[in-house]
Amino acid sequence: MALSYDDVIAKYEPVLGLEVHVELNTESKMFCSCSTTFGGEPNTQTCPVCLALPGALPVVNAQAIESTIKIGLALNCQIAPRSRFARKNYFYPDMPKNFQISQYDEPICFDGYVDVEIDTEEGPKQFRIEIERVHMEEDTGKSLHVGGATGRIHGAEYSLLDYNRAGIPLVEIVTKIVPGTGKYAPEVAKAYVAELRDILRGLKVSDVKMEQGSLRCDANVSLRLIGSAVLGTRSETKNVNSLRSVERAIRGEMIRHAELLNEGKKVKQETRHFQEDTGLTRSGRSKEQAEDYRYFPEPDLVPVAPAPAWIEELRAQQPERPSLRRKRLKEQWAVPDKEMAAMINADALDIVEETVLLGADPTKARTWWLGEISRIANEKEIALTDLTISPKDVAEIVALVAAGELTDKLARQVVEGVIAGEGTPSEVVAKRGIKVVNDDGALMAAIEKVCAEQSETADKVRNGLIPAAGALIGAVMKETKGQADAARVRELLLGHLGQPSN
Amino acid sequence: MIKNTAAQMSSALEKGETTSVELTKIHLDRIADVDQKVKAFLHVDGESALKQAAAVDADRASGKKLGPLAGIPLALKDVLAQEGVPTTAGSKILQGWKPPYDSTVVAKLKAAGVVILGKTNMDEFAMGSSTENSGYGPTFNPWDLTRTPGGSSGGSAAAVSAFEAPLAIGSDTGGSIRQPAALTGIVGVRPTYGAVSRYGLIAYSSSLDQAGPFGRTVLDTAMLHAVIAGHDPKDATSINAPVPAVVAAAKSGDVKGLKIGVIKQLQGDGYQTGVQARFSESLDILASLGAQIVQVDCPSFEYALAAYYLIAPSECSSNLARFDAMRYGLRTGEVDGASAETVMNATREAGFGREVKRRIILGTYALSSGYYDAYYGSAQKIRTLIIEDYKKAFTQADVLVSPTSPITAFKIGEKSEDPIAMYLADVATIPVNLAGICGMSLPAGLADEDNLPVGFQIMAPAMQDQRLYQVGAALEAALVSKWGGHLISKAPALGGAR
Amino acid sequence: MSSLSRDEVAKLAALARIEMSEAELVSLSSQFGSILDAVARVQELNLDGVKATSHPQPLENIFREDVVLPSLTPDQALSGAPAQEDQRFRVPQILGEAE
Repeated sequence: MALSYDDVIAKYEPVLGLEVHVELNTESKMFCSCSTTFGGEPNTQTCPVCLALPGALPVVNAQAIESTIKIGLALNCQIAPRSRFARKNYFYPDMPKNFQISQYDEPICFDGYVDVEIDTEEGPKQFRIEIERVHMEEDTGKSLHVGGATGRIHGAEYSLLDYNRAGIPLVEIVTKIVPGTGKYAPEVAKAYVAELRDILRGLKVSDVKMEQGSLRCDANVSLRLIGSAVLGTRSETKNVNSLRSVERAIRGEMIRHAELLNEGKKVKQETRHFQEDTGLTRSGRSKEQAEDYRYFPEPDLVPVAPAPAWIEELRAQQPERPSLRRKRLKEQWAVPDKEMAAMINADALDIVEETVLLGADPTKARTWWLGEISRIANEKEIALTDLTISPKDVAEIVALVAAGELTDKLARQVVEGVIAGEGTPSEVVAKRGIKVVNDDGALMAAIEKVCAEQSETADKVRNGLIPAAGALIGAVMKETKGQADAARVRELLLGHLGQPSN
Repeated sequence: MIKNTAAQMSSALEKGETTSVELTKIHLDRIADVDQKVKAFLHVDGESALKQAAAVDADRASGKKLGPLAGIPLALKDVLAQEGVPTTAGSKILQGWKPPYDSTVVAKLKAAGVVILGKTNMDEFAMGSSTENSGYGPTFNPWDLTRTPGGSSGGSAAAVSAFEAPLAIGSDTGGSIRQPAALTGIVGVRPTYGAVSRYGLIAYSSSLDQAGPFGRTVLDTAMLHAVIAGHDPKDATSINAPVPAVVAAAKSGDVKGLKIGVIKQLQGDGYQTGVQARFSESLDILASLGAQIVQVDCPSFEYALAAYYLIAPSECSSNLARFDAMRYGLRTGEVDGASAETVMNATREAGFGREVKRRIILGTYALSSGYYDAYYGSAQKIRTLIIEDYKKAFTQADVLVSPTSPITAFKIGEKSEDPIAMYLADVATIPVNLAGICGMSLPAGLADEDNLPVGFQIMAPAMQDQRLYQVGAALEAALVSKWGGHLISKAPALGGAR
Repeated sequence: MSSLSRDEVAKLAALARIEMSEAELVSLSSQFGSILDAVARVQELNLDGVKATSHPQPLENIFREDVVLPSLTPDQALSGAPAQEDQRFRVPQILGEAE
């Protein structure tokens, strides 16, 4: 019988360790000048260096160093006055050199921390996640497994390799062990990854798209009996590629470990793979023997010794910390707690802020993004930021509504049009003739209605008594709830009654 | 013509007395005549060499300003990538591989108009001191075809020595230019580490490898040195500083007042009598030219060989991991249902020779957990001590000297079953590599007991390569006048010479 | 006298991905004694406090600008491939999981 989560936390304390890999958004790769653009045709972004052709040599991308130092500073780390690259030796077909250039005992950043806050029944609660190290390395190529049922590695007949991704700069952020989160472990881990993502986004050093793999999390979980000082055996779960999965994977592993321990079995120290569909992890194929990576200093690359002045310059350029920024925006915009949480959850803070900075009212901007636009994004199952509508478009729509040129209802059509790729809001308005046809139609309906109700007055106007039109116009304005343009109403009304409008 | 120096050929080209096509043809003919005996080349591309030569001749005819080596033929060690030309590093695992790019050395040679005749034989991945470890059979010493030309750049040295090319490029990780130069009676220089780009040089041991020039004279060697040296942004270990004035130094050759340090540890036991005799004789000559000879002590050199045979194998175990049958080179063992892992294992077994496997295993051991500190870690510390010994020695002398090789050319097969005996061939050259400084070997005469060439080694501090040429030129001039010609003119004819 | 057993050599060969024959394992194991004795001389000196040298020149901070330059064409990239399919390197089935 499966254990419940409550059973687990009644008896055990989870200890976490999180390793996050971030692909930097440099133009070129870590050690060569090939492009890093995502999604190119296979093997079009390769060269002697990233294919590991005999004789080729790596040269470090300066921007990657700068981005890594920025990350270290944002995570409150020490920046090493001197650090080195090392070779991590192991054979794998997606890794052309059969060693990865990484950092071993001399990482560029170390000893930092990140504070995260989660909502609990007892109110908001803060946890400090200590950072062990931040170091640089390079990504591997991608393999496509052919034959077999599922395109997975198991049962495949052969594999096809594309090295476009090989050598893209990666930064690995490793926490120290995280004890003391108790039952909140899954949420704390999720909040930590979310906070990292926000920090990295704020630094503009990565696209931080978990679904594209530019942010990847490996979660180490172990359990120990509550009160025990001895750490349990950990498992390392890979492939955790969404915030929700971080939470699910850790919760799942905690239950799996507890079940094993309760049955008197041992947890195996192994790598496990998270399955998005089931929310469970499966064991990686165990290796015959523990890998011996035979790290040694990379002889082709010289030490990195950032000048203190440079570090201070980068420190001075650090953007506002995401948690502080959230607090500030919440106050500035007077957003209630619940709505603020919704906005953060929907990942909409940046776009809403951008929209506000373009002149939109904060409440209106938020309502549009979290309401109609989110609804469409959900329907299309894509991220808000991946829709074709931009903060500039939304700001324009908000302005049009405020100016009375669009009603909310019409504005929704404009939003639809922009998302459908019909152009900017004003282009959509023009193309669809939204303002002209619909407005005039609505006004004409109101005019006809009013003229029928007040046929005597209408006849007076028909007979040339123009001043009598005033009463009719007033009635039409009332009918259209004051949102109509009075001059236009007058023009249409006089026309309708056969009179010149000026 | 074929026995002329590169400098003479250069001046003949400039004066219009010959053409590059003619020079190239006579060298291709010479190769056709003698290379079945010497086996210096793995690949000769006469057609493209002649095309390159014709292009240089056309440029010259059109009045274009050309460098001094434009139109001069050269032999290239097969360790350097040349676009579209088979490049194997002497290994079966790379048989038939044609690089889609040029190494920086090749790019510089091409830019200077140097005509590349072909690729020369070498110990597989530059691991060896006799060229017997080539996957394609040994090269034979032109002085005595039953002997090795040394190694690993044995093909390049033999080609120059046998007049198949006036110039050649080699690479020197533990002595692989200087030792074969010594054993074949020519000049070879290992430049300062970082002076010549390693981009496109197939790596054996990254922190020790350095490409360098061979010539039959000090001046020829300097001219080639000047062409291939210089900063390269594609090599992060390349030194960004002006190339030392090596050609000017080779032309001046004055040693008056210079202090020359004799390294106590690089002589005595294990050094052949004739080697010691020629070495002392050269010292006497230098003294007679006004140099001051001093003795220097480098106690850590005793451990250099041990440190080298840990550092180089360690780096090579990692550098050679890329030869895995996935992206290029040999693939074997692909039977039904074989996995990538099985194919890698089978290919590396079949494609690598015995010595390469031996060093990969040794390096894997030296880096493995539990042994790293005792082996690789200690070796890196010995390296520091060797650097310090040199630093101290260079406060006492401007250049340091020793015999290049403790012995003259040995018989083919003589040491191939005894790795340790083979490793000792590099005992005098290895300290230079560990310290990243520069060294030259030049002919000091023939050993009385076997009539085979003896090499005289000169060492200078990093980026002071011009001192090698200054001292080398002085010694060479004195010896040539004593002998009545260059030593190489005493080499046997090999038959077929035109 | 140092030594390396046949099994130790086999383990190293597996780590280095070389499928050695039994004869090779035995012969290498027998040679390793004298080779290890020779290299173990690095342990004779007291090296406490001596810094390790990994790079012969004292260079630091050698970087390149973050600029994209042309890559190889896919034809060039795949020119040495023992097998290819759909512009990718074709390799036998991979058994182990990625790191």
